[in-house]
Amino acid sequence: MFLNTTPLQVFETAREAEVRDSIWLTIYTSLAGTLVFSVAAIPLAYILARKQFPMKKIVTGIIDLPVVIPHSAAGIALLGFVSRESALGKAGSVVGLDFVGHPAGIAIAMAFVSIPFLINAARDGFSGVPVRLEKAALTLGASPFRVFFTISLPLAWRNILSGLILMFARGMSEFGAVIVVAYHPMITPVLIYERFGSFGLKYARPVAVLFILISLALFVVLRWVAKEKSSEVAR
Amino acid sequence: MMLEVRRVSKSLGSFSLRDVSFSVEKGDYFILLGESGAGKSVVLETIAGLMVPDSGTIHYNGRDITREKIQNRRIGLVFQDHAAFPHLTVAENLSYALYGALISKSEKDERVKAIAGELGIGELLARKPGSLSGGELQRMVLGRTLIQKPGILLLDEPLSSLDTRLRSDLRTLLRSLHRNGQTILHVTHDYEEALTLGTRVAVIHQGSIIQSGTPSEVFQRPASEFVAHFVGVKNYFPAKLETSNNTSYAFTDNNFAVRIVTDIPSGEGFVLIRGEDILLSDTPVETSATNNFQGTVLEIINNAYGTDVIIDAGIELHALVTPDSVEKLGLRAGKTCWVHFKATAVKFIKR
Repeated sequence: MFLNTTPLQVFETAREAEVRDSIWLTIYTSLAGTLVFSVAAIPLAYILARKQFPMKKIVTGIIDLPVVIPHSAAGIALLGFVSRESALGKAGSVVGLDFVGHPAGIAIAMAFVSIPFLINAARDGFSGVPVRLEKAALTLGASPFRVFFTISLPLAWRNILSGLILMFARGMSEFGAVIVVAYHPMITPVLIYERFGSFGLKYARPVAVLFILISLALFVVLRWVAKEKSSEVAR
Repeated sequence: MMLEVRRVSKSLGSFSLRDVSFSVEKGDYFILLGESGAGKSVVLETIAGLMVPDSGTIHYNGRDITREKIQNRRIGLVFQDHAAFPHLTVAENLSYALYGALISKSEKDERVKAIAGELGIGELLARKPGSLSGGELQRMVLGRTLIQKPGILLLDEPLSSLDTRLRSDLRTLLRSLHRNGQTILHVTHDYEEALTLGTRVAVIHQGSIIQSGTPSEVFQRPASEFVAHFVGVKNYFPAKLETSNNTSYAFTDNNFAVRIVTDIPSGEGFVLIRGEDILLSDTPVETSATNNFQGTVLEIINNAYGTDVIIDAGIELHALVTPDSVEKLGLRAGKTCWVHFKATAVKFIKR
């Protein structure tokens, strides 16, 4: 694929507004979805790492569900939550927000299929923090809240950051769940598909190549930054 | 009293604490002595709040803290395995407890510097725990706890992971902390620590306290075979006690008779004689002691408390003497000598 596409073609494609907008949309919806959902996902991962409760195995199973079910089915399931008739949808319409066919819906769909990666990575991270240290912090008068932010989170950070990057990456590459919830505006995986269907391989290929290059660059940079940051914390 | 532990019991799988009771007064250096697995750490953890007892109560300064949250107890606990915060510098570890205290930042820095200075780690403030030695870590976690000025300091085997020299350094430090008014509850398996540091000792065995008192009381009048063995009394033998005409003798397994003064008339049990109570001579002397036996020196061993002379006098006896005495009497393996000890120096523990 790379050999069949000339740099000129890639460059020309990059100049198309539709393509640029699509790539930017893909990036920021996945980023937004990751950041917004991490606020709930990270504490949840902590609870899973530390507490035992009766339905725990069922909850863990449910969390892994988005990874195993077909993506289009995931999208349909999500529609039940965000369509105009649902509770969330009604709440959204109050502020003039319709999730279906809106970047917010895209972000939710992306987050839905990729959150297991963050939860599991964060949970592993928290499990690796010795409970002893948290107890020691408590004996020094810290509240559980402070212990979480000063001890548990920093020590699990390496795993959490890894999970965040993974969630972001997975979200950016989602297709099936997104097209059910929001075919438009088109994220790049959808754009590539549409161009392929309507106009053929030659028209779709440059977009694919461009998207792959950008994704590659983005994640190489993120991994590099992660390595710098986490080696500081670990030391 | 400052700390009162009353009938605390806790069941943990195959191990349980049973009816543990003791109290620590302000200014005490209280030693909880027991083997590994006897339950000492569990006791400390229930006092600090890391565990809640199944039954019993813990009162601290008059307040019932049995079910109080860890962070509200204001009791300093120093873990055996340090539990240093690896991602924070020494200074940050030390100041951790000062968060939220109503003092200025500069005051906090002052306190950190002061305590680091007292503990001899003033040069290490910017370092991370990963780069510290065992002794430095131990002092850092001690400082981390002391900076809150806890009413009582709980120490879980603080000297166990240190080599001899560091151990004696830290012992000196603990002694001076105590002299400056710090109340300490120190848990250990080492009876030497109990002897050299404690003002009160309680012996814990299989989850229960079997004896408590001053170090002299516990070591000179052990209440059971276990305590005797544990505190290092070397002369103890299974024996049968018999009394006739107000005279009591204890007969060991090979019918060796030891004259004893006791108010127990008879029974099966153990006979104990402290090594310090045995006198030696290289000629048969007439003494006021009623137990005088001839024997052969088997072995001479030097240790921290003096010289252990092992003699076969019909039973194997350990006499603790000074190295000078060994010289003076010309004692060596194979030499004939005489052992003397009073009937009142012999203790009988009924089985």
